[in-house]
Amino acid sequence: MALLTVENIKKSFGKTEVLKGITFSLEKGEVLSIIGSSGSGKTTLLRCLNFLETPQMGCITVNGETLFDAADSRTLSEAAIRLNRLHFGLVFQQFNLFPQYTVKQNITLAEELLAKEHIKKTGSYCGHTDYHEAVAAIDKKADGLLEEVGLSDKRDNYPCQLSGGQQQRVAIARALAMEPDILCFDEPTSALDPELTGEVLRVIRELKKAGRTMIIVTHEMEFARDVSDTVMFMDGGVVAEMGPPEQVIGNPQNSRTKEFLSRFNER
Amino acid sequence: MSFWEVTVFLFDGFLISLLIFGVTLLCGAPLGLPIAFCSMSKYKVVRNTSKVIVWIVRGVPLMLQIFIIYYVPGLLFQFPLFSKVDQFFFLNWGISDAGRIMAVLIAFTLNYACYFSEIYRGGIESIPKGQYEAGYVLGLTKSQIFRKIILKQVIQRIVPPMSNEIITLIKDTALANCIIVCEIIKQAKELAATKAMVWPLFYTGVFYLIFVGLLTIVLGRLEKKLSYFRS
Repeated sequence: MALLTVENIKKSFGKTEVLKGITFSLEKGEVLSIIGSSGSGKTTLLRCLNFLETPQMGCITVNGETLFDAADSRTLSEAAIRLNRLHFGLVFQQFNLFPQYTVKQNITLAEELLAKEHIKKTGSYCGHTDYHEAVAAIDKKADGLLEEVGLSDKRDNYPCQLSGGQQQRVAIARALAMEPDILCFDEPTSALDPELTGEVLRVIRELKKAGRTMIIVTHEMEFARDVSDTVMFMDGGVVAEMGPPEQVIGNPQNSRTKEFLSRFNER
Repeated sequence: MSFWEVTVFLFDGFLISLLIFGVTLLCGAPLGLPIAFCSMSKYKVVRNTSKVIVWIVRGVPLMLQIFIIYYVPGLLFQFPLFSKVDQFFFLNWGISDAGRIMAVLIAFTLNYACYFSEIYRGGIESIPKGQYEAGYVLGLTKSQIFRKIILKQVIQRIVPPMSNEIITLIKDTALANCIIVCEIIKQAKELAATKAMVWPLFYTGVFYLIFVGLLTIVLGRLEKKLSYFRS
Protein backbone atom coordinates (compact mmCIF):
# COMPACT_ATOMS: atom_id res chain seq x y z
CA MET A 1 0.00 0.00 0.00
CA ALA A 2 1.20 3.46 -0.80
CA LEU A 3 2.46 5.57 2.10
CA LEU A 4 0.69 8.67 0.82
CA THR A 5 -2.34 8.94 -1.42
CA VAL A 6 -3.63 12.26 -2.57
CA GLU A 7 -6.96 12.20 -4.36
CA ASN A 8 -8.50 14.92 -6.46
CA ILE A 9 -7.28 17.89 -4.40
CA LYS A 10 -8.89 21.16 -5.46
CA LYS A 11 -8.09 24.55 -4.00
CA SER A 12 -9.27 28.02 -4.98
CA PHE A 13 -8.41 31.41 -3.60
CA GLY A 14 -11.49 33.51 -4.23
CA LYS A 15 -12.30 32.98 -7.90
CA THR A 16 -8.84 31.74 -8.84
CA GLU A 17 -8.67 28.00 -8.99
CA VAL A 18 -5.07 27.11 -8.15
CA LEU A 19 -5.31 23.33 -7.86
CA LYS A 20 -7.74 21.70 -10.28
CA GLY A 21 -7.78 18.15 -9.04
CA ILE A 22 -4.40 16.68 -8.12
CA THR A 23 -4.08 12.93 -7.69
CA PHE A 24 -0.93 10.97 -6.96
CA SER A 25 0.54 8.48 -4.57
CA LEU A 26 3.92 7.94 -3.00
CA GLU A 27 5.62 4.79 -1.74
CA LYS A 28 7.71 4.68 1.39
CA GLY A 29 11.26 5.77 0.61
CA GLU A 30 10.24 7.31 -2.70
CA VAL A 31 11.46 10.76 -3.70
CA LEU A 32 9.08 12.88 -5.76
CA SER A 33 10.17 16.11 -7.40
CA ILE A 34 7.60 18.64 -8.50
CA ILE A 35 8.62 20.99 -11.29
CA GLY A 36 6.72 23.64 -13.19
CA SER A 37 6.61 27.37 -13.75
CA SER A 38 5.66 29.74 -10.94
CA GLY A 39 1.93 29.96 -10.41
CA SER A 40 1.37 26.37 -11.46
CA GLY A 41 0.28 25.43 -7.92
CA LYS A 42 3.38 23.53 -6.69
CA THR A 43 3.72 25.46 -3.45
CA THR A 44 -0.03 25.44 -2.79
CA LEU A 45 0.00 21.66 -3.11
CA LEU A 46 2.74 21.38 -0.48
CA ARG A 47 0.87 23.80 1.77
CA CYS A 48 -2.28 21.69 1.47
CA LEU A 49 -0.33 18.58 2.46
CA ASN A 50 0.98 20.42 5.53
CA PHE A 51 -2.48 21.74 6.41
CA LEU A 52 -1.44 25.35 6.00
CA GLU A 53 -4.24 25.57 3.45
CA THR A 54 -7.51 23.67 3.47
CA PRO A 55 -8.51 22.25 0.10
CA GLN A 56 -12.15 22.60 -0.96
CA MET A 57 -12.17 19.10 -2.34
CA GLY A 58 -10.20 15.92 -2.14
CA CYS A 59 -8.75 13.53 0.32
CA ILE A 60 -5.31 12.89 1.84
CA THR A 61 -4.39 9.49 3.25
CA VAL A 62 -1.17 8.52 5.02
CA ASN A 63 -0.44 4.91 5.98
CA GLY A 64 -4.07 4.02 5.37
CA GLU A 65 -5.28 6.70 7.76
CA THR A 66 -7.46 9.38 6.20
CA LEU A 67 -6.08 12.68 7.45
CA PHE A 68 -8.26 14.92 5.40
CA ASP A 69 -11.45 14.39 3.50
CA ALA A 70 -13.26 17.44 2.15
CA ALA A 71 -16.46 15.39 1.84
CA ASP A 72 -16.46 14.94 5.61
CA SER A 73 -18.43 17.91 6.85
CA ARG A 74 -17.04 17.80 10.39
CA THR A 75 -14.43 20.46 10.86
CA LEU A 76 -11.20 19.16 12.30
CA SER A 77 -10.33 20.28 15.79
CA GLU A 78 -7.08 22.18 16.29
CA ALA A 79 -5.66 19.16 18.11
CA ALA A 80 -6.50 16.85 15.19
CA ILE A 81 -4.91 19.23 12.67
CA ARG A 82 -1.78 19.33 14.83
CA LEU A 83 -1.54 15.53 14.85
CA ASN A 84 -2.08 15.45 11.08
CA ARG A 85 0.65 18.00 10.55
CA LEU A 86 3.19 15.82 12.31
CA HIS A 87 2.96 13.25 9.50
CA PHE A 88 4.54 15.87 7.26
CA GLY A 89 7.59 18.06 7.64
CA LEU A 90 8.11 21.21 5.62
CA VAL A 91 11.33 23.01 4.75
CA PHE A 92 10.61 26.53 3.57
CA GLN A 93 12.21 28.56 0.83
CA GLN A 94 12.96 31.31 3.37
CA PHE A 95 14.17 28.87 6.10
CA ASN A 96 11.97 30.54 8.77
CA LEU A 97 14.27 29.64 11.64
CA PHE A 98 13.34 31.12 15.01
CA PRO A 99 15.86 33.96 15.39
CA GLN A 100 15.85 34.15 19.19
CA TYR A 101 16.83 30.52 19.65
CA THR A 102 20.17 28.84 19.10
CA VAL A 103 20.58 26.22 16.40
CA LYS A 104 20.05 23.43 18.93
CA GLN A 105 17.04 25.12 20.50
CA ASN A 106 15.47 25.56 17.07
CA ILE A 107 15.65 21.80 16.62
CA THR A 108 14.42 20.82 20.09
CA LEU A 109 11.76 23.48 20.83
CA ALA A 110 8.77 21.76 19.26
CA GLU A 111 9.50 18.31 20.60
CA GLU A 112 10.20 19.62 24.10
CA LEU A 113 6.80 21.30 24.13
CA LEU A 114 5.21 18.11 22.85
CA ALA A 115 6.97 16.03 25.53
CA LYS A 116 5.88 18.41 28.27
CA GLU A 117 2.27 18.18 27.12
CA HIS A 118 2.33 14.38 26.83
CA ILE A 119 3.86 13.88 30.26
CA LYS A 120 1.31 16.20 31.78
CA LYS A 121 -1.58 14.46 30.03
CA THR A 122 -0.59 10.80 29.87
CA GLY A 123 2.31 10.60 32.29
CA SER A 124 4.92 9.61 29.74
CA TYR A 125 6.54 10.55 26.46
CA CYS A 126 8.44 7.96 24.40
CA GLY A 127 8.99 5.89 27.54
CA HIS A 128 10.15 8.80 29.65
CA THR A 129 8.07 9.67 32.67
CA ASP A 130 10.35 12.48 33.76
CA TYR A 131 10.41 15.65 31.68
CA HIS A 132 14.13 16.23 32.22
CA GLU A 133 14.89 12.71 31.07
CA ALA A 134 12.82 13.31 27.95
CA VAL A 135 14.65 16.59 27.31
CA ALA A 136 18.00 14.83 27.62
CA ALA A 137 16.89 12.29 25.02
CA ILE A 138 15.61 15.05 22.72
CA ASP A 139 18.92 16.88 23.10
CA LYS A 140 20.84 13.76 22.17
CA LYS A 141 18.70 13.30 19.09
CA ALA A 142 19.31 16.92 18.10
CA ASP A 143 23.06 16.37 18.32
CA GLY A 144 22.69 13.38 16.00
CA LEU A 145 20.66 15.42 13.53
CA LEU A 146 23.19 18.24 13.61
CA GLU A 147 25.90 15.76 12.78
CA GLU A 148 23.78 14.44 9.94
CA VAL A 149 23.55 17.91 8.38
CA GLY A 150 27.19 18.66 9.22
CA LEU A 151 26.64 21.50 11.67
CA SER A 152 27.74 20.08 15.01
CA ASP A 153 30.10 23.02 15.52
CA LYS A 154 27.26 25.55 15.10
CA ARG A 155 25.11 24.04 17.85
CA ASP A 156 25.11 27.12 20.07
CA ASN A 157 25.10 29.78 17.37
CA TYR A 158 22.12 31.94 16.55
CA PRO A 159 20.60 31.77 13.06
CA CYS A 160 21.79 35.29 12.22
CA GLN A 161 25.39 34.07 12.61
CA LEU A 162 24.95 31.43 9.91
CA SER A 163 25.10 31.55 6.13
CA GLY A 164 21.93 30.87 4.14
CA GLY A 165 23.02 27.36 3.30
CA GLN A 166 23.75 26.59 6.94
CA GLN A 167 20.40 28.04 7.99
CA GLN A 168 18.62 25.83 5.51
CA ARG A 169 20.47 22.77 6.81
CA VAL A 170 19.33 23.67 10.34
CA ALA A 171 15.78 23.98 9.01
CA ILE A 172 16.09 20.46 7.56
CA ALA A 173 17.32 19.12 10.91
CA ARG A 174 14.48 20.92 12.66
CA ALA A 175 11.91 19.29 10.37
CA LEU A 176 13.52 15.86 10.83
CA ALA A 177 13.36 16.19 14.62
CA MET A 178 9.60 15.67 14.56
CA GLU A 179 10.16 12.41 12.65
CA PRO A 180 7.70 13.09 9.83
CA ASP A 181 6.62 10.30 7.51
CA ILE A 182 7.08 12.58 4.55
CA LEU A 183 9.46 15.50 4.35
CA CYS A 184 8.47 18.29 1.97
CA PHE A 185 10.80 20.92 0.52
CA ASP A 186 9.46 24.14 -0.94
CA GLU A 187 12.17 25.38 -3.31
CA PRO A 188 14.84 24.80 -0.65
CA THR A 189 17.64 26.44 -2.63
CA SER A 190 15.81 29.33 -4.33
CA ALA A 191 16.78 31.87 -1.67
CA LEU A 192 20.43 30.83 -1.70
CA ASP A 193 23.47 32.11 -3.52
CA PRO A 194 24.45 29.63 -6.24
CA GLU A 195 27.62 28.60 -4.40
CA LEU A 196 25.57 27.68 -1.32
CA THR A 197 22.99 25.46 -3.04
CA GLY A 198 25.44 22.55 -3.24
CA GLU A 199 25.66 21.96 0.51
CA VAL A 200 21.86 21.84 0.86
CA LEU A 201 21.41 19.53 -2.11
CA ARG A 202 24.13 17.27 -0.70
CA VAL A 203 22.17 16.94 2.56
CA ILE A 204 19.00 16.05 0.64
CA ARG A 205 20.92 13.41 -1.32
CA GLU A 206 22.12 11.92 1.97
CA LEU A 207 18.52 11.82 3.19
CA LYS A 208 17.54 9.86 0.09
CA LYS A 209 20.28 7.36 0.79
CA ALA A 210 18.91 7.01 4.32
CA GLY A 211 15.58 6.04 2.81
CA ARG A 212 13.52 9.13 3.65
CA THR A 213 10.29 9.74 1.79
CA MET A 214 10.44 13.21 0.28
CA ILE A 215 8.52 15.62 -1.91
CA ILE A 216 10.70 18.33 -3.38
CA VAL A 217 9.46 21.40 -5.21
CA THR A 218 12.48 22.62 -7.12
CA HIS A 219 13.84 24.52 -10.08
CA GLU A 220 17.12 22.59 -10.02
CA MET A 221 16.51 20.29 -12.99
CA GLU A 222 19.82 18.46 -12.80
CA PHE A 223 19.24 17.77 -9.14
CA ALA A 224 15.65 16.66 -9.71
CA ARG A 225 16.74 14.25 -12.44
CA ASP A 226 19.46 12.90 -10.23
CA VAL A 227 17.73 12.50 -6.88
CA SER A 228 14.13 11.65 -7.66
CA ASP A 229 12.36 8.41 -8.37
CA THR A 230 9.43 10.26 -9.86
CA VAL A 231 9.08 13.71 -11.38
CA MET A 232 5.78 15.54 -11.57
CA PHE A 233 5.35 18.43 -13.98
CA MET A 234 2.57 20.75 -12.90
CA ASP A 235 0.96 23.25 -15.21
CA GLY A 236 -2.00 25.50 -14.49
CA GLY A 237 -3.08 23.56 -11.41
CA VAL A 238 -3.04 20.10 -12.95
CA VAL A 239 -0.49 17.30 -13.22
CA ALA A 240 0.53 17.59 -16.85
CA GLU A 241 3.05 14.79 -16.81
CA MET A 242 4.38 12.38 -14.23
CA GLY A 243 6.89 9.58 -14.43
CA PRO A 244 10.49 8.60 -13.96
CA PRO A 245 12.97 11.48 -14.38
CA GLU A 246 14.53 10.03 -17.55
CA GLN A 247 11.13 10.33 -19.15
CA VAL A 248 9.73 13.61 -17.79
CA ILE A 249 12.99 15.59 -17.88
CA GLY A 250 14.96 13.52 -20.39
CA ASN A 251 12.29 12.78 -22.94
CA PRO A 252 9.08 14.69 -22.18
CA GLN A 253 5.92 13.61 -23.97
CA ASN A 254 3.64 16.50 -23.07
CA SER A 255 3.98 19.65 -25.19
CA ARG A 256 3.76 21.92 -22.13
CA THR A 257 6.57 20.00 -20.44
CA LYS A 258 8.71 20.30 -23.56
CA GLU A 259 8.05 24.03 -23.73
CA PHE A 260 8.86 24.54 -20.03
CA LEU A 261 12.09 22.56 -20.21
CA SER A 262 13.28 24.24 -23.38
CA ARG A 263 12.66 27.63 -21.80
CA PHE A 264 14.59 26.38 -18.83
CA ASN A 265 17.53 25.26 -20.89
CA GLU A 266 17.78 28.62 -22.63
CA ARG A 267 18.88 30.24 -19.38
CA MET B 1 13.90 79.70 51.21
CA SER B 2 17.26 78.14 50.72
CA PHE B 3 18.26 76.18 47.62
CA TRP B 4 18.02 72.97 49.62
CA GLU B 5 14.52 73.79 50.91
CA VAL B 6 13.35 74.53 47.36
CA THR B 7 14.84 71.25 46.17
CA VAL B 8 13.01 69.30 48.86
CA PHE B 9 9.77 71.15 48.14
CA LEU B 10 10.04 70.43 44.41
CA PHE B 11 11.04 66.83 45.05
CA ASP B 12 7.77 66.35 46.94
CA GLY B 13 6.01 67.32 43.73
CA PHE B 14 8.28 65.14 41.64
CA LEU B 15 7.25 62.13 43.74
CA ILE B 16 3.69 62.73 42.52
CA SER B 17 5.01 62.93 38.95
CA LEU B 18 6.81 59.63 39.50
CA LEU B 19 3.66 58.09 40.96
CA ILE B 20 1.66 59.03 37.86
CA PHE B 21 4.51 57.75 35.69
CA GLY B 22 4.78 54.44 37.53
CA VAL B 23 1.08 53.63 37.74
CA THR B 24 0.47 54.58 34.11
CA LEU B 25 3.29 52.34 32.97
CA LEU B 26 2.32 49.46 35.24
CA CYS B 27 -1.37 49.54 34.29
CA GLY B 28 -1.24 51.01 30.79
CA ALA B 29 1.38 48.65 29.34
CA PRO B 30 -0.58 45.45 30.10
CA LEU B 31 -3.91 47.08 29.23
CA GLY B 32 -2.53 47.92 25.80
CA LEU B 33 -2.25 44.22 24.91
CA PRO B 34 -5.97 43.32 24.93
CA ILE B 35 -6.68 46.56 23.05
CA ALA B 36 -4.09 45.56 20.45
CA PHE B 37 -5.69 42.12 20.09
CA CYS B 38 -9.12 43.71 19.72
CA SER B 39 -7.76 45.98 16.99
CA MET B 40 -6.52 42.86 15.16
CA SER B 41 -9.65 40.77 15.84
CA LYS B 42 -11.21 38.88 12.96
CA TYR B 43 -14.61 40.12 14.13
CA LYS B 44 -15.40 43.39 12.45
CA VAL B 45 -17.48 44.76 15.34
CA VAL B 46 -14.71 44.18 17.88
CA ARG B 47 -12.06 45.51 15.54
CA ASN B 48 -13.97 48.66 14.65
CA THR B 49 -15.03 49.43 18.23
CA SER B 50 -11.43 49.14 19.33
CA LYS B 51 -10.24 51.32 16.47
CA VAL B 52 -12.81 54.03 17.22
CA ILE B 53 -11.78 54.09 20.90
CA VAL B 54 -8.12 54.35 19.94
CA TRP B 55 -8.97 57.11 17.47
CA ILE B 56 -10.84 59.14 20.09
CA VAL B 57 -8.25 58.66 22.82
CA ARG B 58 -5.36 59.51 20.52
CA GLY B 59 -7.29 62.28 18.82
CA VAL B 60 -8.25 64.35 21.86
CA PRO B 61 -5.67 66.29 23.91
CA LEU B 62 -4.70 64.44 27.08
CA MET B 63 -5.43 67.58 29.10
CA LEU B 64 -9.01 67.57 27.85
CA GLN B 65 -9.31 63.87 28.73
CA ILE B 66 -8.22 64.64 32.28
CA PHE B 67 -10.93 67.31 32.52
CA ILE B 68 -13.51 64.92 31.10
CA ILE B 69 -12.69 62.09 33.51
CA TYR B 70 -12.60 64.49 36.44
CA TYR B 71 -15.81 66.44 35.75
CA VAL B 72 -18.09 63.98 33.96
CA PRO B 73 -19.31 61.99 37.01
CA GLY B 74 -20.46 65.24 38.65
CA LEU B 75 -21.89 66.83 35.49
CA LEU B 76 -23.75 63.81 34.10
CA PHE B 77 -24.70 61.91 37.23
CA GLN B 78 -24.71 64.65 39.83
CA PHE B 79 -22.08 62.62 41.63
CA PRO B 80 -18.70 64.38 41.80
CA LEU B 81 -16.88 61.11 42.46
CA PHE B 82 -13.36 62.45 42.52
CA SER B 83 -13.99 65.42 44.84
CA LYS B 84 -15.78 63.03 47.17
CA VAL B 85 -12.73 60.75 47.19
CA ASP B 86 -10.60 63.85 47.81
CA GLN B 87 -12.70 64.77 50.86
CA PHE B 88 -12.87 61.21 52.12
CA PHE B 89 -9.10 60.74 52.09
CA PHE B 90 -8.50 64.16 53.58
CA LEU B 91 -10.99 63.73 56.43
CA ASN B 92 -9.87 60.21 57.30
CA TRP B 93 -6.13 60.27 56.77
CA GLY B 94 -5.27 63.88 56.07
CA ILE B 95 -4.16 62.99 52.54
CA SER B 96 -4.91 65.71 50.02
CA ASP B 97 -5.38 65.38 46.24
CA ALA B 98 -6.20 61.63 46.34
CA GLY B 99 -9.35 61.90 44.21
CA ARG B 100 -7.79 64.19 41.67
CA ILE B 101 -4.71 62.01 41.39
CA MET B 102 -7.05 59.09 40.80
CA ALA B 103 -8.76 60.92 37.94
CA VAL B 104 -5.38 61.72 36.43
CA LEU B 105 -4.26 58.10 36.76
CA ILE B 106 -7.38 56.85 34.97
CA ALA B 107 -6.99 59.36 32.15
CA PHE B 108 -3.26 58.63 31.76
CA THR B 109 -3.69 54.86 31.88
CA LEU B 110 -6.41 54.90 29.22
CA ASN B 111 -4.50 57.31 27.04
CA TYR B 112 -1.19 55.48 27.20
CA ALA B 113 -2.81 52.05 26.88
CA CYS B 114 -4.15 53.16 23.50
CA TYR B 115 -0.76 54.45 22.36
CA PHE B 116 0.94 51.28 23.60
CA SER B 117 -1.69 49.13 21.86
CA GLU B 118 -0.78 50.66 18.52
CA ILE B 119 2.91 49.99 19.15
CA TYR B 120 2.10 46.37 20.05
CA ARG B 121 -0.09 45.99 16.99
CA GLY B 122 2.65 47.33 14.74
CA GLY B 123 5.14 44.99 16.38
CA ILE B 124 2.96 41.91 16.11
CA GLU B 125 1.98 42.61 12.52
CA SER B 126 5.62 43.13 11.52
CA ILE B 127 6.53 39.51 12.32
CA PRO B 128 6.68 37.58 9.05
CA LYS B 129 3.94 34.99 8.42
CA GLY B 130 6.64 32.38 7.92
CA GLN B 131 7.37 32.36 11.65
CA TYR B 132 3.81 31.28 12.40
CA GLU B 133 3.82 28.72 9.60
CA ALA B 134 7.12 27.24 10.77
CA GLY B 135 5.49 26.82 14.18
CA TYR B 136 2.36 25.26 12.72
CA VAL B 137 4.17 22.64 10.65
CA LEU B 138 6.12 21.61 13.76
CA GLY B 139 2.79 20.91 15.46
CA LEU B 140 2.72 23.90 17.81
CA THR B 141 -0.57 25.42 18.93
CA LYS B 142 -1.52 29.01 18.25
CA SER B 143 -0.84 30.04 21.82
CA GLN B 144 2.51 28.20 21.95
CA ILE B 145 3.54 29.97 18.76
CA PHE B 146 2.66 33.33 20.23
CA ARG B 147 4.31 32.74 23.58
CA LYS B 148 7.40 30.84 22.48
CA ILE B 149 8.16 32.31 19.08
CA ILE B 150 6.42 35.58 18.34
CA LEU B 151 6.45 37.40 21.70
CA LYS B 152 10.18 37.83 22.12
CA GLN B 153 10.60 39.04 18.57
CA VAL B 154 7.81 41.54 19.13
CA ILE B 155 9.43 42.74 22.36
CA GLN B 156 12.73 43.24 20.58
CA ARG B 157 11.03 45.27 17.88
CA ILE B 158 8.93 47.46 20.17
CA VAL B 159 11.61 48.46 22.66
CA PRO B 160 12.73 51.55 20.68
CA PRO B 161 9.21 52.97 20.10
CA MET B 162 8.20 52.07 23.67
CA SER B 163 11.27 53.88 25.01
CA ASN B 164 10.18 56.94 23.12
CA GLU B 165 6.68 56.76 24.56
CA ILE B 166 7.96 56.14 28.10
CA ILE B 167 10.20 59.20 27.92
CA THR B 168 7.25 61.26 26.71
CA LEU B 169 5.19 59.93 29.62
CA ILE B 170 7.33 61.41 32.39
CA LYS B 171 7.08 64.83 30.75
CA ASP B 172 3.33 64.46 30.16
CA THR B 173 2.77 64.08 33.91
CA ALA B 174 3.05 67.88 34.08
CA LEU B 175 -0.45 67.97 32.55
CA ALA B 176 -1.85 66.82 35.91
CA ASN B 177 -1.56 70.37 37.16
CA CYS B 178 -4.60 71.31 35.02
CA ILE B 179 -6.79 69.91 37.82
CA ILE B 180 -4.46 71.22 40.53
CA VAL B 181 -2.59 68.02 41.32
CA CYS B 182 0.59 69.03 43.12
CA GLU B 183 3.13 67.57 40.74
CA ILE B 184 6.49 69.27 40.37
CA ILE B 185 5.50 72.12 38.05
CA LYS B 186 2.47 72.94 40.17
CA GLN B 187 4.83 73.11 43.17
CA ALA B 188 7.13 75.50 41.31
CA LYS B 189 4.18 77.69 40.29
CA GLU B 190 3.19 77.73 43.95
CA LEU B 191 6.59 79.16 44.83
CA ALA B 192 6.28 81.76 42.10
CA ALA B 193 2.88 82.82 43.40
CA THR B 194 3.57 82.83 47.12
CA LYS B 195 7.29 83.60 47.37
CA ALA B 196 7.79 85.52 44.12
CA MET B 197 10.51 83.02 43.16
CA VAL B 198 10.60 82.26 39.45
CA TRP B 199 13.84 80.32 39.17
CA PRO B 200 12.45 77.09 40.75
CA LEU B 201 10.19 76.79 37.69
CA PHE B 202 13.25 76.44 35.49
CA TYR B 203 14.99 74.31 38.06
CA THR B 204 12.28 71.64 37.64
CA GLY B 205 13.84 70.86 34.25
CA VAL B 206 16.84 69.37 36.06
CA PHE B 207 14.61 66.78 37.76
CA TYR B 208 13.15 65.70 34.43
CA LEU B 209 16.56 65.63 32.78
CA ILE B 210 18.10 63.43 35.46
CA PHE B 211 15.18 61.02 35.36
CA VAL B 212 15.11 60.83 31.56
CA GLY B 213 18.89 60.28 31.68
CA LEU B 214 18.37 57.28 33.96
CA LEU B 215 15.54 55.96 31.76
CA THR B 216 17.70 56.29 28.67
CA ILE B 217 20.44 54.22 30.27
CA VAL B 218 18.06 51.50 31.49
CA LEU B 219 16.13 51.27 28.22
CA GLY B 220 19.36 51.37 26.23
CA ARG B 221 20.64 48.41 28.23
CA LEU B 222 17.42 46.51 27.63
CA GLU B 223 17.70 47.18 23.91
CA LYS B 224 21.27 45.96 23.90
CA LYS B 225 20.40 42.88 25.91
CA LEU B 226 17.78 41.93 23.33
CA SER B 227 20.06 42.54 20.37
CA TYR B 228 21.72 39.12 20.59
CA PHE B 229 19.46 37.95 17.79
CA ARG B 230 18.42 39.58 14.56
CA SER B 231 14.98 38.85 13.18
